[in-house]
Amino acid sequence: MDQASELIVLEAGRSERHYWQDIWRYRELFYVLSWRDITVRYKQTVIGIAWAVIRPILTMIILTVIFGKVAKLPTEGEAPYAIMVYAAMLPWQFFASSLTGSSNSLISNANLITKVYFPRLIIPASTIVTNLVDFLISFIILLALMAYYHYLPTMRFLLLPAFLLIAFLTSFGVGLLLTSLTVKYRDFRIVVPFIVQFGLYVSPVAYSSSVVPEKYHLLYSLNPMVGVIDGFRWAILGVDSMIYWPGFLLSLAITMSFLVIGIVFYRKMEKSFADII
Amino acid sequence: MSKTVITAEGLGKSYMIGHRQKESYSTLRDVLTSIPRQWWSRLRNPQYHTHENIEEFWALKEVDFEIKQGDRVGIIGRNGAGKSTLLKILSRIIEPTTGKVKIAGRVASLLEVGTGFHPELTGRENVFLNGAILGMGRIDIKKKFDEIIDFAEVEKFLDTPVKRYSSGMYVRLAFAVAAHLEPEILIVDEVLAVGDVSFQKKCIGKMGDVAKGGRTIIFVSHKMDAIRRLCQQTILIEKGEIIKLGPTEKVINHYLAGTGLRSALNDRGPAPDKRMHLRSVKLLDKTWTGKDHFTRNEMGYVEVIYDINAQLKNVHIVCHVVDNEDRVIVSTGDCDVNQRLHSERSPDSYKATFQIPTEILNEGEYSLTFSLGIPYGTIYDQVPNAVRFNLSDLRSEGGPEYMQKRPGLVIKDIQWETEKALKKDMA
Repeated sequence: MDQASELIVLEAGRSERHYWQDIWRYRELFYVLSWRDITVRYKQTVIGIAWAVIRPILTMIILTVIFGKVAKLPTEGEAPYAIMVYAAMLPWQFFASSLTGSSNSLISNANLITKVYFPRLIIPASTIVTNLVDFLISFIILLALMAYYHYLPTMRFLLLPAFLLIAFLTSFGVGLLLTSLTVKYRDFRIVVPFIVQFGLYVSPVAYSSSVVPEKYHLLYSLNPMVGVIDGFRWAILGVDSMIYWPGFLLSLAITMSFLVIGIVFYRKMEKSFADII
Repeated sequence: MSKTVITAEGLGKSYMIGHRQKESYSTLRDVLTSIPRQWWSRLRNPQYHTHENIEEFWALKEVDFEIKQGDRVGIIGRNGAGKSTLLKILSRIIEPTTGKVKIAGRVASLLEVGTGFHPELTGRENVFLNGAILGMGRIDIKKKFDEIIDFAEVEKFLDTPVKRYSSGMYVRLAFAVAAHLEPEILIVDEVLAVGDVSFQKKCIGKMGDVAKGGRTIIFVSHKMDAIRRLCQQTILIEKGEIIKLGPTEKVINHYLAGTGLRSALNDRGPAPDKRMHLRSVKLLDKTWTGKDHFTRNEMGYVEVIYDINAQLKNVHIVCHVVDNEDRVIVSTGDCDVNQRLHSERSPDSYKATFQIPTEILNEGEYSLTFSLGIPYGTIYDQVPNAVRFNLSDLRSEGGPEYMQKRPGLVIKDIQWETEKALKKDMA
């Protein structure tokens, strides 16, 4: 341990010079917290894994029946409606549970925050990483679904991790913003589920974004999840999917600005968390 | 001279306290509804001040100190004096409002036993979890795992979820993890107040070992005994300010001297429904004037007035001399020597006097607790801490700095005969 570099100065309003270095140093805490959340989740409920399987399948069936069969909305290209819906549900479920999870994460870890120092960014980050396990389970179901429909993926499938990264960044950015707000205004907890529910309809989860009239496409892409979902469909559905690239880039830019705003806002609030929690 | 590891300059922490608001966090609803309300009040009264019902409270103000490497520093003070706030600032949990602290070295803070323990996880899993939370690497924990488990004495329950642990086991495991941290600066808050006595001793012993390794310890406690055993230096905080800072024994005495010494319990009035009733207690010196501070071997007296309201047999009045850690040092009753009193006593008011055994008491603060009733039977009246006095030892007060309080609950001056050893003694 290098002693000379260990000098810490604590002063009001002083921004931490070693913050990002600290995050690196506390990476083990990050792994451990993620591991704790995962272990506890699957230990506590016997139906933990079953739930991770049943939920996406049921949602997929309902959305397919209502939007595909009853409302008779078009799918993308030749792809079965079920697969088109499921391809969008992968990032959406991840996004939704990340928002809910991270916005509650600080309050449910209040005992840590008031007793130990560590870069607070670790808590919402580890909560979101925990959701990757559910994502993986859902992904395996996707493979089964594609096998069932004899639907072959193309080479684009290999780009899926890139889109997952974008989904992660979007969840992280928006999640941080909501996390800080929830600590500050405790009743924001009620707002978050509403945002998630509302988002399900304004994002192209149950339908293809091609049903949105052409002239509104750019406006529609202001929703960062539009870019993420279109990206997932582009990678999973292959040639059946048409992606509107200007819209995708706009969504990506929005994602990045959410990320920057989220981090800046969170860093600003972070120091007072222990005081107000 | 060893180097300075912690420097605090003009450290302060203030909180805004709203009079209407109980919680520290606000709700969106409050914020949204307060905006129109403020506008409205401004419209009606341009001088309206929005922060009317918010008050600034300084939990800590203008605190300066220096701690050198290897120092073991105690922090004492009443509840709410600002000790915890200071610890939280030093542990980087909260940010100071004014001033600054410079810390050189890795800090581990132990503000609670078992921070982050998860009830669903097993003992083994919690060791790793808690270790990581306290800043230990996984490899470090693995290396010390056996030692930790050994210290905690929970080998058999390693794979049991800690929710099934007894509270003793839980605390032992949690402390064991913390005790095996190897930071350069260790900050400990009152955690030793838990667990059984023998384990507490083990913990203090372990912390002493830690300090011998040249590490710096900051220790907050209400247990003067623990502070004495562990710390050479002590800081006394009151209402957010440092009142005294210096050698432990002096600071502790200063603190104890300030905690409500009472030379007399004033007349409590008659209580005819009680068979025996304590009326008043007075501490007196040899000129029969009230006093609450005695020196060792000084003549001091206790004068008790009590009522007996019925014809009673086999009753007595007992006084316990209790130290500031609630230990009874000596007890005395009016029939101990004078058996005659055991026989019948008729209703009346009585006055009794006895001498304070200042010749056997060690330095410290003592209080007297009185019980009236049948020995080992019914208690008719009891007054805990009726009076409180301080006892000092001139030998350590007037003497050189290193003359500290003698070990031992009581003191007896014992004569030693010393002479040159002769050949026949060695054989």
